[in-house]
Amino acid sequence: MALKIVKGSIDRMFDKNLQDLVRGIRNHKEDEAKYISTCIDEIKQELKQDNIAVKANAVCKLTYLQMLGYDVSWAAFNIVEVMSSSKFTYKRIGYLAASQCFHEGTDVIMLTTNQIRKDLSSPNQYDTGVALTGLSCFVTPDLARDLANDIMTLMSHTKPYIRKKAVLIMYKVFLKYPESLRPAFPRLKEKLEDPDPGVQSAAVNVICELARRNPKNYLSLAPLFFKLMTSSTNNWVLIKIIKLFGALTPLEPRLGKKLIEPLTNLIHSTSAMSLLYECVNTVIAVLISLSSGMPNHSASIQLCVQKLRILIEDSDQNLKYLGLLAMSKILKTHPKSVQSHKDLILQCLDDKDESIRLRALDLLYGMVSKKNLMEIVKKLMLHVDKAEGTTYRDELLTKIIDICSQSNYQYITNFEWYISILVELTRLEGTRHGHLIASQMLDVAIRVKAIRAFAVAQMAMLLDNAHLLTGNMQRNGICEVLYAAAWICGEFSEHLEDPNQTLEAMLRPKVATLPGHIQAVYVQNAAKLFATVLRKHEGATDSQAAQETSQLLVERLPLFVQSANLEVQERASCILQLVKYIQKLQQKDVEVAEEVSALFAGELNPVAPKAQKKVPVPEGLDLDAWINEPPSESESEDEKPKAVFAKEETKHSRPRHTEVDEKELARRREARKQEQANNPFYIKSSPSSQKVYQDAPGVEHIPVVQIDLSVPLKVPGMPMSDQYLKLEEERRQKEKAEKKKKEKKKKREKHGKGKKHDSGPESEEDITPAHHVDIVTEEMPENALPSDDDDKDPNDPHKALDIDLDNLLSGTNCRPLADTEKLPVRTHRSEPLKSPGEDGDVESVPQEPKKRSSKEKKEKKKDKDKDRKKSKEEKKKKKKHKHDAEDEPAELPAEEPVKSEETNEVATPPTSTSAEEVAAPAPAPAPAPETSLAAAPDSEADEPKDAEPEEVKCSKHKKKKQKKEKEKEEKKEKKKKRHHHHHHHSDGGEDSVQNGTMEEEEPLPPMSNYCLLAENSYIKMVYDIQGNLQDGSQVVVSVIFENKSDSFLKSMEFNVLDSLNSKLQRPEGAGPHDGLVVPFQLPPGVSNEARFIFSVQSIVMPQKLKGTLTFIVKSEDSSTHEKLDFKLHFTCTSYLITTPCYSDAYAKLLESGDLKSSSLRLEGVNMPFHHLLARICFHHHFSVVERIDSCASMYSRSIQGHHVCLLVKTADQTVSIDAKCDEPSLLGNVLDEIKQTFSQC
Amino acid sequence: MIKAILIFNNHGKPRLIRFYQYFAEDMQQQIIRETFHLVSKRDDNVCNFLEGGSLIGGSDYKLIYRHYATLYFVFCVDSSESELGILDLIQVSVIIVNVCFHVQVFVETLDKCFENVCELDLIFHMDKVHYILQEVVMGGMVLETNMNEIVAQVELQNRMEKSEGGLSAAPARAVSAVKNMNLPEIPRNINIGDINIKVPSLSPF
Repeated sequence: MALKIVKGSIDRMFDKNLQDLVRGIRNHKEDEAKYISTCIDEIKQELKQDNIAVKANAVCKLTYLQMLGYDVSWAAFNIVEVMSSSKFTYKRIGYLAASQCFHEGTDVIMLTTNQIRKDLSSPNQYDTGVALTGLSCFVTPDLARDLANDIMTLMSHTKPYIRKKAVLIMYKVFLKYPESLRPAFPRLKEKLEDPDPGVQSAAVNVICELARRNPKNYLSLAPLFFKLMTSSTNNWVLIKIIKLFGALTPLEPRLGKKLIEPLTNLIHSTSAMSLLYECVNTVIAVLISLSSGMPNHSASIQLCVQKLRILIEDSDQNLKYLGLLAMSKILKTHPKSVQSHKDLILQCLDDKDESIRLRALDLLYGMVSKKNLMEIVKKLMLHVDKAEGTTYRDELLTKIIDICSQSNYQYITNFEWYISILVELTRLEGTRHGHLIASQMLDVAIRVKAIRAFAVAQMAMLLDNAHLLTGNMQRNGICEVLYAAAWICGEFSEHLEDPNQTLEAMLRPKVATLPGHIQAVYVQNAAKLFATVLRKHEGATDSQAAQETSQLLVERLPLFVQSANLEVQERASCILQLVKYIQKLQQKDVEVAEEVSALFAGELNPVAPKAQKKVPVPEGLDLDAWINEPPSESESEDEKPKAVFAKEETKHSRPRHTEVDEKELARRREARKQEQANNPFYIKSSPSSQKVYQDAPGVEHIPVVQIDLSVPLKVPGMPMSDQYLKLEEERRQKEKAEKKKKEKKKKREKHGKGKKHDSGPESEEDITPAHHVDIVTEEMPENALPSDDDDKDPNDPHKALDIDLDNLLSGTNCRPLADTEKLPVRTHRSEPLKSPGEDGDVESVPQEPKKRSSKEKKEKKKDKDKDRKKSKEEKKKKKKHKHDAEDEPAELPAEEPVKSEETNEVATPPTSTSAEEVAAPAPAPAPAPETSLAAAPDSEADEPKDAEPEEVKCSKHKKKKQKKEKEKEEKKEKKKKRHHHHHHHSDGGEDSVQNGTMEEEEPLPPMSNYCLLAENSYIKMVYDIQGNLQDGSQVVVSVIFENKSDSFLKSMEFNVLDSLNSKLQRPEGAGPHDGLVVPFQLPPGVSNEARFIFSVQSIVMPQKLKGTLTFIVKSEDSSTHEKLDFKLHFTCTSYLITTPCYSDAYAKLLESGDLKSSSLRLEGVNMPFHHLLARICFHHHFSVVERIDSCASMYSRSIQGHHVCLLVKTADQTVSIDAKCDEPSLLGNVLDEIKQTFSQC
Repeated sequence: MIKAILIFNNHGKPRLIRFYQYFAEDMQQQIIRETFHLVSKRDDNVCNFLEGGSLIGGSDYKLIYRHYATLYFVFCVDSSESELGILDLIQVSVIIVNVCFHVQVFVETLDKCFENVCELDLIFHMDKVHYILQEVVMGGMVLETNMNEIVAQVELQNRMEKSEGGLSAAPARAVSAVKNMNLPEIPRNINIGDINIKVPSLSPF
């Protein structure tokens, strides 16, 4: 036992692995949380250790805890550490943990870029695979942009295992970095015909996902997919392709026609249910797209319906479900073919599986017709009674209402029946849909005038029996119907047989237990009823009864006056005072009825729910402009109380003409009639609809004859909808009999059709409604905008992928990939940028406020322009398409008018190739390759050029972090810039000189630090050297290799002859003269970047190293070994690292007196001062500490910690630089290099 | 696209979760609970499709699940996936998990008896199941459906891990050596790296 304990503690101390953790958690069921928290403490200890195995073990355990819901984001950095282990075992653990808990908000993710790149180019395919898998889960826009090119390269990897993963992950890359779609698409398309089925399947998968969102761009691939469909045997691929065709056919009916045959063949031949099902689905989609004008496809429909019937009849519930699902699609266009299977679908309503019942319900919705509506609803009502679960019952309830009310009550022939159904539904206990029933009642009563009398009678009964439906008032959702009932009874009180009784019912003390908003309606409508009662009695000169009624109100209303609900209280006290006043008048025998009813006079018209939205904005009215000064942000204004019903609004807004006499009313009525007559959107109702109160029991009044109120066993007054079914049938029989007589003659004439007609009991048209109902259309405002604004989600990531790809594919009319569309090649900048040591102090630089403000300005401007720009950019794209033959400058004037509004924006630097050539410090006399590099302004290689000058303007010194953010902005503004370029040319760019204060606005020429290393006819190498902040003896040389030939370059080896001072860092075990293998291959025209680390001892002197690059050129038939010599030039500048410095620290440094000084004068420097500063900052890694007019102090640090301070002054084309540094020879060399930089321009 | 893969047991305890869209941890747990709630109340003889829960997806999403003895395998997918295809895929995954954990035979001989996955395999080797699943689904898209290919790749990777000495390699070995010296008897369930992976009959649980 003791030993066991000892062993256990050792165990815990040294290696508790995942299994132990799990076992421990299982053994501590009672105090799991406590146990886990001790485990987390242990893990934290383990993570602090240096041993990577221990760390990996800890991270593995964290992954498990993450699954249990523990936040492990605090260990993100450790996860990155484990990811970067060289051992596959640990790497895999790290990537798994990362894929489980990294997301776009994880800040350490930007540290992973280079690690992932390294893994992607690893010789071990599983390292690459693991990196791809992990990346697919946490790819961010930044990672996508930085790695797109590497992944593209992997799409042509030799191993299919890597190829398929690379292809698949491209979809994620496209989502995050839409610009990569066009350049990557040709290769993706190529992979559709990859020899490996896995790769092919992945490519199909990706294109299907893309096409699903933006099908029209992929129509041109249809022939290729057609070929694949007829040749592939992989069901998975077939399913995807067939699904894709389903998305494409609506856009291209001709495609559908071609598809029908092979699909029908597949349906007949395949044994795989999944494939069969998808085929049926796509055939349905084809048929839908062909539904008009293609008569000969009834066979296909028949086949589909028949196959689906087999599925539905299958005992496998899954097939049944899917069959119903597909059936509902056919229903939309070919309802007749589905309706014949009504029996089957009704049968499914009895299924024990709720999903299937719901599907069947969906189908019923589309299957109803005038003739079967009552029957189907009756069935559903039976189910409502049987249903045990409330959710399903509620679903049934909503379905019944949906079915009945669909397309403006199209299928309802008898509204009395519908009202009865609604009333029956109120007997459901505990439903959540009381308000739905209520709004239906209101809608029908308002819009179907003929039904009002009946509805009022029913509602009066509901009110009378309110106690029956509201067992537990407050909680019961069904009491909402009382809201409708009270309102209908009040508003249409002229139809009431016994308004007195209803009034009494509405003022019962129990009402006070109803929710407030219902009570309010009760009180208000009691007043309406009161008006009706008064008029009735005065007409009969029965003043006694009238006074009794007043007395009733005076007695009952105080109950409501005391209500806690404000609205009830307010209305009740108003009405109470009114009634008291009336009572006084009554006692003086004054006739008041007329005036009281005038309070509620006027007809209500239903208003369409969207009416308000569709009122066109009058010209000259800017709704967004502030009328007064905008209030402070904190006020929230959009908390409008939500109306319970749409109709509530109408009631409140209804004009109350208290003092208006009959004449005035008549005049207004006339005016409104006139207006409605002129309004094309107002569908006129029958003339009688404009009735006034006096002629209430009009021609259309329907006496409530059918209902025997004293039927035993029924709730008194509750009608049974079933009666209507019988009545309706009888009525139809009669009508049918009559019609048949008439039609007999006709039928003889048209034989063939007649027979088909006979098969059904009667055709749609035969059914006439029981009453002439006239459904009032909802009112719309004048000049309503007809558009149906189904706003797409602006955040949909797929929107950005709506990119025209056709011109990439077809040979003749193709728009080649513009230079701007090349995938970014990795830059030397990214690494030092992301070094964690730096970002800390960058933020807290004194100049921050200034930077902020300028940034904010920019952002504001951007926001404003965003929308405009978007549409414009689209236009531009199209335009570009047209002008594809023209080159860029020629294109610009054409675009000018579109963009003219942008001229007021802050000028941004032009991106002109010529300017770049000048700016490029490369001494090489090779303009052609230089421009080819520079002409890709979108590619990241050039990013620094654009980003840099702007930064200087914004913050006066280089902020590396900022640059990252800028890059995005840059890209967006690219198009604009081109325009500005043009603008500056035409206007002569002098305006900035004229207003000297605006100097900041003047654009800077783009710059690059990459210099030519060497080139021959196969390959070109450019390089840049950066110090490594973490290690004082290391510099990183980034070399971009560009394949200039038409052949494949592989097996590249990079080697230098080390000097005593500088050595190339080689992997362990490599000899001092071994070359380094460049970790990628270069397909024709592709460039990629590799980085090499050199260790240096002394940094005070510049140095040159000789080196050689060997590689194999592989063309179709031959491969040759080639070699290219180069000289690496390590300048002293390359040992400097841009380091921000506070001005006070800077002053202290200068005062300390440890520094040696030196100075430099430059004559004839003809450039603006800020350009000059920008150049020094950019090329020599300085940062501006302070700038006053034409004088600036600058600072930089070497990798070995030497301080370099500059004081730059300018006057009359002469620049003087006073410099101080603790290492005089370093300073001298740096100054020489600065001098050389400026002598070149 | 597959939005999430959830595996939990009959009590709703998660055994493996894989979201292809970011959700915070508490949201993930909520989704698991909701999904469990939806799935667990269904009989075994009803259909395997569920209209998506409210938390994940929305109307375009479906839950497709299979129930094996004590475990639910739930895939949350959108309309671009074939329902029956995903059902097959779940079955394939389960078989592969079984094969990788227990049997070293040709996959062709598989039959029904491999349909039941042992919950303990998942509990103690969640990471390994993840690695298997990664060969089937990647970033929410189906990567490979060929069982032989998947098993082969998983095997190769495991072999590679083995050649590196497994997770509890050097330091752990040293420690266990120390432990062995101190203890007169070697406890049966000492854990050395991959013993649980390769020798199923020794499985201590």
